[in-house]
Amino acid sequence: MSLRIDLDHARFKSIVRGKIRQGLKRYISNGELIGKQGGEIVSIPVPQIDIPRFLHSSGKAQGVGHGEGEPGDPLDESEGEGGAGKAGSAPGQHALEVDVSLEELADILGEELELPRIEPKGQSKIDERKDRYTGIRQTGPNSLRHFKRSFHQALRRQLAAGTYNTKRPIIIPIKDDMRFKSWKTSVTPRSNAVIIYMMDVSGSMGDEQKDIVRIESFWIDTWLKRQYKDVSTRFIVHDASAREVNREHFFRTKESGGTIISSAYRLANQIIEREFPINDWNIYLFHFSDGDNWGSDDTKVCMRLLSDKLLPAANAFCYGQVESPYGSGQFLKDISAHFGTDERVITSVIKDRDAIVDSIKDFLGKGR
Amino acid sequence: MGFALRTALPPELATEQARVETLAKHYGLDTYPVMFEVIDYNQMNEIAAYGGFPTRYPHWRFGMEYERLAKSYEYGLSKIYELVINNNPSVAYLLEGNAHVDQKLVMAHVYAHVDFFKNNFAFAATNQGMNSSGEDIRKWIDTFANHAALVRRWSDKLGHEEVERFIDLCLRLENLIDPQLPFRPEKRRSSEDADGDVPNEEPALLPVNRDYMARYINPDSFVESQRKRMAAEKDKERIFPLSPVRDVLGFLLENAPLERWEHDILRVIRTEAYYFMPQMQTKIMNEGWATYWHSKLMTEHLCNESDVFEYADKCAGVLVTQPGQLNPYKLGVELYRHIEHRWDHGQFGREWEDCDDLAARRAWNTQAGLGREKIFEVRRLYNDLTFIDAFLTPEFVEAQKLYTFGFNDRRGRYEVDSRAFAKVKQQLLQALTNGGQPVIDVQDANHGNRGELLLMHHSDGMDLRMDWAKEVMEALERVWKRPVQLTTTVDSKPYALRYDGKDHLQTPTKD
Repeated sequence: MSLRIDLDHARFKSIVRGKIRQGLKRYISNGELIGKQGGEIVSIPVPQIDIPRFLHSSGKAQGVGHGEGEPGDPLDESEGEGGAGKAGSAPGQHALEVDVSLEELADILGEELELPRIEPKGQSKIDERKDRYTGIRQTGPNSLRHFKRSFHQALRRQLAAGTYNTKRPIIIPIKDDMRFKSWKTSVTPRSNAVIIYMMDVSGSMGDEQKDIVRIESFWIDTWLKRQYKDVSTRFIVHDASAREVNREHFFRTKESGGTIISSAYRLANQIIEREFPINDWNIYLFHFSDGDNWGSDDTKVCMRLLSDKLLPAANAFCYGQVESPYGSGQFLKDISAHFGTDERVITSVIKDRDAIVDSIKDFLGKGR
Repeated sequence: MGFALRTALPPELATEQARVETLAKHYGLDTYPVMFEVIDYNQMNEIAAYGGFPTRYPHWRFGMEYERLAKSYEYGLSKIYELVINNNPSVAYLLEGNAHVDQKLVMAHVYAHVDFFKNNFAFAATNQGMNSSGEDIRKWIDTFANHAALVRRWSDKLGHEEVERFIDLCLRLENLIDPQLPFRPEKRRSSEDADGDVPNEEPALLPVNRDYMARYINPDSFVESQRKRMAAEKDKERIFPLSPVRDVLGFLLENAPLERWEHDILRVIRTEAYYFMPQMQTKIMNEGWATYWHSKLMTEHLCNESDVFEYADKCAGVLVTQPGQLNPYKLGVELYRHIEHRWDHGQFGREWEDCDDLAARRAWNTQAGLGREKIFEVRRLYNDLTFIDAFLTPEFVEAQKLYTFGFNDRRGRYEVDSRAFAKVKQQLLQALTNGGQPVIDVQDANHGNRGELLLMHHSDGMDLRMDWAKEVMEALERVWKRPVQLTTTVDSKPYALRYDGKDHLQTPTKD
């Protein structure tokens, strides 16, 4: 049902989005949102959207409260700021942070960078079942017993029956009082995508370079998750040899030693062949490196792996070259020379944090 | 009515309403007719976002409020149970799907609010006249709907952005109104005008040595023109306004060079600000009164055995206290009960005041039995400020465990500061004075004889929030269309803020 408030609500949202949009570049290059990621919602600090008025400065915030405590005792941590306790003042001050779902954030990113929607490859649909606790019922296994509701029910029964004694407040639930959590199963079709991130962790990749990769991968995840119902992510690190790691290790691993890129491509290919039938999955390959490879022989192996195995399987192969003081950047030249205008190969040079935005656009701007 | 009745009251609730109404009458509550509507939570959030009204002018801040309410509802943080509009007849909303006992509670609560609207003196300011049978006219739902139509009309004509920008400016000035205005005798200023006149001095004439030459040196025509020039000079210097004006919005409305549409919008903002003012001034009293009566009606009449549990649960939720926060429901209801107890036991008057013996005070009982009568009188004649000032006692502060708190800079946290009666009372009064808003008035509309607007902040030791003050100065300049200046304090030293349309100036001044 549409409400009168919808227009005002939409207007407010567009103002907020405008504010977020203005700050988006900063959020992206600072990576400040990543730390806040919790579940499906991120809180984004929004520039004040309160209406300024002549007001007392809240520097010496004070007020009146009721409850326990001796002078000098701290108030509860959760207690509000400045205006707390000022009875009779205007209704609620608003938080400076706006909760934005990751989906919404992806939309803002998409609009700002003018990213095209992705047409999923292979319309194969897998039904997915999900259970969620949605209510309370009167039967169920003990493991799902809802204690508070059961005791409420018992108290209510005893009050009604007149067996509750205020002098001796004992509540004994009987079988009929028991309440249990109940759940619903929802079935949703999904189109699948897998992102395989590969990163060179040889000695020449420093912390700053890895941080750039971390920030960039967050935004890539955010965007692709918006495009597909279900997105799996896999992580491969490599120096002279490659291995699969979890997300945390991916950004932390530091190795020394040489760089053999083909090892990573080979492992990626194994993962795809083992777990992700190419007809059911949209496959994205991202490889970040500073562009050094051990010898032109291995580069040749890489090119062959790409054109024979990886490219036919993937929606896109994205190579991001992070500039480091040690890397030669040769690999980018090799890739460009070899694949030229092949649409499936997307390359991008990421000089520093500020270049992340452009690089995201390079990678995702093709709509593949 | 000016709005659509969406849902009629189902029969079982209509029966309850009749019961509640009869009980309310029986206890002496004196209300306007009350109309209940049952609405779902989306509608409830919408109406709450609109400050209780079905229709408001278009503005993003209502959308912001809606977002906040909808979010807190979705996350289960809060839920609005009742909403009632100060209107005759009063309109109140019940949330669809609430338990029956909740609906009874809300109805009892609402009847007490409406009694308060009708009888508390502060709300007399919201009367729009009287009809032929002597009843208050309060058609605020219609008024607000008309405001909405007016603003929409200008939006259609000039574009939403333009109108919205001006509303944003006006809202920055929204709190610059005069709490006493509704109670001032009208047009007192014009009588002061007459007193202010100083007898005309003789016009300056050219020196004359010989009397017979006077007629030639200062001919009558010259004397006359000199006299006129002086009068004009005087007019120019005449201070306007003669006495400071607290109703800054009203002053701007009358004297600022506004376009018609700007005038309309500023008037809407001002009228609505004055409508909401009494609710700000009586939050503690009004909620306390409603809580007092819903408790009484529910526990003594409306609850049956199976309801008690739910009722107790809800009531506990309403009266819950948290560190560093003042719950107006709790403070209000306890203070009414305290007053009722004192007047029932005759704990008032000279003898009581003079009694220093704690035990005697505690045992004091003259069987006066005036409690009920007294609280009805209190609800008529007081607002939050005078309520606290007149009836807060050391016994009450102790029993309610009231304390003051402040921020400890050294430890970086809020701490309990004191439990002393004097401190608690002073802190409460300070927060309630002028609704906690700074007192600011118009001093001179022709400052420096340049048509500039001079305002004065009566700081009383409290500085303004500076970044916001500057933005308000910009709004003032946009409305007044000439430079504006504000006398205020920075770090408790006198300062002048000035904005001329381009630059902000902040200069120390001498007293």
